[in-house]
Order: sequence, then C-alpha cells, then structure tokens
Amino acid sequence: MDTELILMQLFSGVALGAILVITALGLSIIFGMMGVVNFAHGALFMVGAYAGLWVASLTGSFWWGLLVAPVMIGVFGMLIEFVLIRRLYGRSIDDPLLLTFGLSYVLVEGVRIVFGSDGIPFPTPSLLTGVVDLGVGFFPIYRIFVVALVFAIVVLLWLGLEKTKFGLIVRAGSRDPMMMRVLGVDISKVWLAVFGLGVGLAALGGVLAGPMRSVNPEMGALVLAEAFVVTVIGGLGSLVGAIIAGLLVGVVISMTALFAPEMATIVMFALMAIVLLIRPQGLFGKLA
Amino acid sequence: MMTTYRVPLSILALCILPWLLPSKALAVNVLIYGVVCVGYNLLFGYTGLLSFGHAAFFGAGAYITGIAIGQFGVPWYLAVLMGVAGGAVLAFIIGGMSTRTRGIYFSMVTLALAQLVYYVALQASGWTGGENGLRGFTVNKINLFGFDINFLDPVNKYYVLMVFAAAALWLVSRILNSPFGAAIEAIRENERRARTCGYDVERTKLLSFTLSGTICALGGTMSALHLAFVPLESLHYLTSGMIVMMTLLGGASSFFGPFVGALVFLLMEDVFSLWTSHWQIIVGSIFVLFVLFLPKGIWGTFLSRVVR
Repeated sequence: MDTELILMQLFSGVALGAILVITALGLSIIFGMMGVVNFAHGALFMVGAYAGLWVASLTGSFWWGLLVAPVMIGVFGMLIEFVLIRRLYGRSIDDPLLLTFGLSYVLVEGVRIVFGSDGIPFPTPSLLTGVVDLGVGFFPIYRIFVVALVFAIVVLLWLGLEKTKFGLIVRAGSRDPMMMRVLGVDISKVWLAVFGLGVGLAALGGVLAGPMRSVNPEMGALVLAEAFVVTVIGGLGSLVGAIIAGLLVGVVISMTALFAPEMATIVMFALMAIVLLIRPQGLFGKLA
Repeated sequence: MMTTYRVPLSILALCILPWLLPSKALAVNVLIYGVVCVGYNLLFGYTGLLSFGHAAFFGAGAYITGIAIGQFGVPWYLAVLMGVAGGAVLAFIIGGMSTRTRGIYFSMVTLALAQLVYYVALQASGWTGGENGLRGFTVNKINLFGFDINFLDPVNKYYVLMVFAAAALWLVSRILNSPFGAAIEAIRENERRARTCGYDVERTKLLSFTLSGTICALGGTMSALHLAFVPLESLHYLTSGMIVMMTLLGGASSFFGPFVGALVFLLMEDVFSLWTSHWQIIVGSIFVLFVLFLPKGIWGTFLSRVVR
C-alpha cells in the first residue's frame, strides 16, 4: 500500500467528513439552542438534495441549486417550526422528537410521490469535474471544493455566533430563555431563525452530497444515523465537537474502506460505542 | 377493576379478534406487534425512556429463531427459547451502554446501536441472507402433547401464537404490579427523587431495558414462525420508529394501549395501502396530529375520559 493511495483516501475521508460536519452542525445548533432533536434532519437533507437537483435542472446551473435550495428548504424549516414545533414548547422533551419522526415519514413519501422511488444521478458541475495533481497524488476537484466551502461556512457561522448581536442573543437564549424574555427579546423569533438555519445547513449538506452519492428517497436514513453518531461522539450541542467528530468519523470510515471494506459501515458505530464507554457525554459535551 | 382483570380481559379480546378483522393474517400481525409494543411500553411508557432501537431485539429474536430452525434443525420450541434468550442478551448489552446516557442522548444512542446491529446483519450475509433476508425455514406442524397441529392453517397459527401473546401480557402485568413496577414508575416521575429514596436507578433502568427487549424478541420469534422469512427491514430503524408510533397511537403508560395502537396502525396500513402505495404519508400525518393533539393516544384518552 503506497502513501499516495493512503493520502488520497484520507482526503476523500475529509470530504465525506465535511458533509457530515455541515449536517451535524445543523442538528447540533437546533438542539443546543432549542433543546429539540430534529429526527427529520436526515429527511430534510434528502429533500435538500432533491431541491438542489430540481433548481439545477430548472436553471441549467448547479450553482443556482447550491445557492437557492438551502435557502428554500431553510424557509420550509421555518414554516415547520411555526406551524408544528412551536405548539410543543413547554411539553415533554420527547414530543418534538416524535413529531419530527412522523414528519420524516411524510417527507420521504412526499418526495417519492413527486420524484419517484428510484435514485437519480446528480451530475457534477463541469467546472468541478476531473482531478488535480497536487504532487502527492490526484485529488477530485469537486471534493476539494466541498472541503473549502464547508470550511468557509464554518468560519462564517463561528463569526456570526461569536461576533454579532444576533449570535449574542442566540447564545444567551440557549442558556436562559426566560431571562431573554424579561430583557424584551422575542425569543420565539430567535428560535424560528435558528430552526431555519439548522434545516438550511441540512439541505446544504444534501446538495453537496448529491454529486458524491446518488440521490434517492432513502438517502436520509443513513445520514440521520451518521449525524447522530457524530453528535454523540462530539457531545450534544457542542459546535466544536460536531466539527472534530464529523471529520474524525469521515476519515475513519474511508480509511476502513481502504483496509477492511466490509467493516466500513460498522466502524463509526463501534467508534461511538468506545467513546460512550469512556465518556458518556461525548468528547466535548458537558455532563447532563 | 381494570387492573385486576386486565389480563383475562385482554386475552378474551384476543380470542375473538380474528373473527372481527378482515383477514386472519392481519390478526396474527396484530398479535405480533401487540406483544412487541406492550414490551416496548415497559420501557417507554412506564420507565420513561424513549428508545429508538427496539427493532434490534425484534430482529434478533426473528433471526436467531430462523437460523436455529433453518441451519441447525433445532425443534421450533427450542428455537423460540433461543430467540428470546438471544434477544435478552443483546438487550442487556445495548441497555448497558445506552442507559449510561440520559434524555434525548439515550434516544440517539439506542438508534445508533440498533443501526450497528442492522449493518452487522447486512454484512454477515452467510448467516442472515444479507439484503435478501433469511429464508429456508418453515414450520409446518407443531406437536403439542402428542397432538399434531397444522401450523400452516391461519386459525391454528393464530391460536398457537396467541398462547405466547397471553404469556407476555401476563408477564408484563405481573412486572407492573410488582415493587419493581413501582420503582420504574418512580424513576419516570422523578429520577433524582427515586435515587434519593434509595432506588438503584442504574440497575433498575438496565433491568427494565432488558425485560422490554426480551419481550420484543419474543415478538420477533413469533414473526419468524408466522412468515417463515425474516426481512432485513425488521432490523431497520424505521421498524423501531413503527414500534414507537404504534405505542404512542394507542397510548403509552397504559397497559393495553400499545396493543390497541398496533391494531389501529396495522388496520390503517391495511386500508390505506388499498387506496395508495404511498400510505405512509397518511400514517405519518396522522401520527403528527396525534403528537400535537392527542398525546395520550386512543386508549389512554379513552381511559382518562371514561373510566377515571
């Protein structure tokens, strides 16, 4: 086994990890700020991929799909929060989880009705096809683009949460929503925005994953489990945890695929089991 | 009154069930998923732990029974025992890991560990048939105390499996009436207070998890005997979700609610799937409406309005 192949596979793992990071970040932000586990996150990832495909075929450009679909699905997420999830605040913490699970059934079947049950290939945009020789091996341009874009978005998110007034309100609201109300902040508007943002990130993950995996109604199921594993390893609600665990899981999956392909689907769960045994709250989580 | 006679009343209801439903196959399914949901409810409704991984125990029970009969020629009753025991061991292991976590974390961990079992079954295709599911085992005749019963006859099949269901209902009722039953409800209501009262919360949770998983595994072995086939989907997390939906639909934290939920869910599936192949969109919507407006479920709401 030469180093070039290992390096290429390592990078492929980073690209896979980048998509996991963006998806798990959405899940983690929604949980961290609102205390809601979004079981429809995988389904919304899938809907995002279809929306990207639809917009791209309508406009003839992948870039419009990449830009418009996450916004579109993010707004759809806000609608979900406004119509359904809002009614459950103050009730058992299990209720939003159950509701979003039921919702995922509706979304998956809805997509089946509109787009059919078969997988649809998602063409890689012509600008990003091919590989580039970086001296240490050949790397697919699309994957380099995914890693760079996710990195940029993570930096933007961090700046938004740490440096802006909105970020300050969101962070304070996650600590003490009652106090924010007393201070005159309409926290329900903040939660609306946070849910939309989280869902938009899931949709972005879906569009980015499109050219790497085929697009089908079931693609959300695997992603939901992967996003859960990432969030559990990183620590629920921890953004740093989601980023590090996402990259870790991506790299571990693709390195296992290289050395022991039959273990590739299992290894991330084994990793989660080990982390749980040592640190039940996850690597960066606080003890509940 | 309801508590004292709940087991005989339930069994009476089961005795007449096949004559009320459109098909005997549907009645057998109600029996199977009724047992699964009643077992699941021990953990969800009574201990207050929302597991999203109970398909693992359902599937394990089914696979072990099928493999024991098909590949080792084990008699059916021993295969059932092996399926239940195997499910119990798996529930003990998964429960041991997941009950270390709390709240919503617990739901995510159970889901992820159950997906691990799913992928193991997918990979070990030599044993499990992988994606195609497990085939090649059929129970034609069941020998009971010298009598041969034709197991392929749907009515016979129903009443043989009903014996298992009755045993499970009795066991769950017995568990709930015991001091252990009081302990799990105390944990559901207030974990910290239960701990202060001197309950060993961790061990109680683990025992509840194991018992619940064991009963689900019994449902799995019943399913294997019924279908003579184990689809890989029986391990999928959507099956876990279906168990959760059925239980909530009927009414968690009531004894017979989960059985009602299984009945209503399967009836809906039966009726809606005649109209459209996209019946899941209807079932999903109805479930969402239940979470929003009727969180106690059909039976739970009925009990709180009528019986008091």
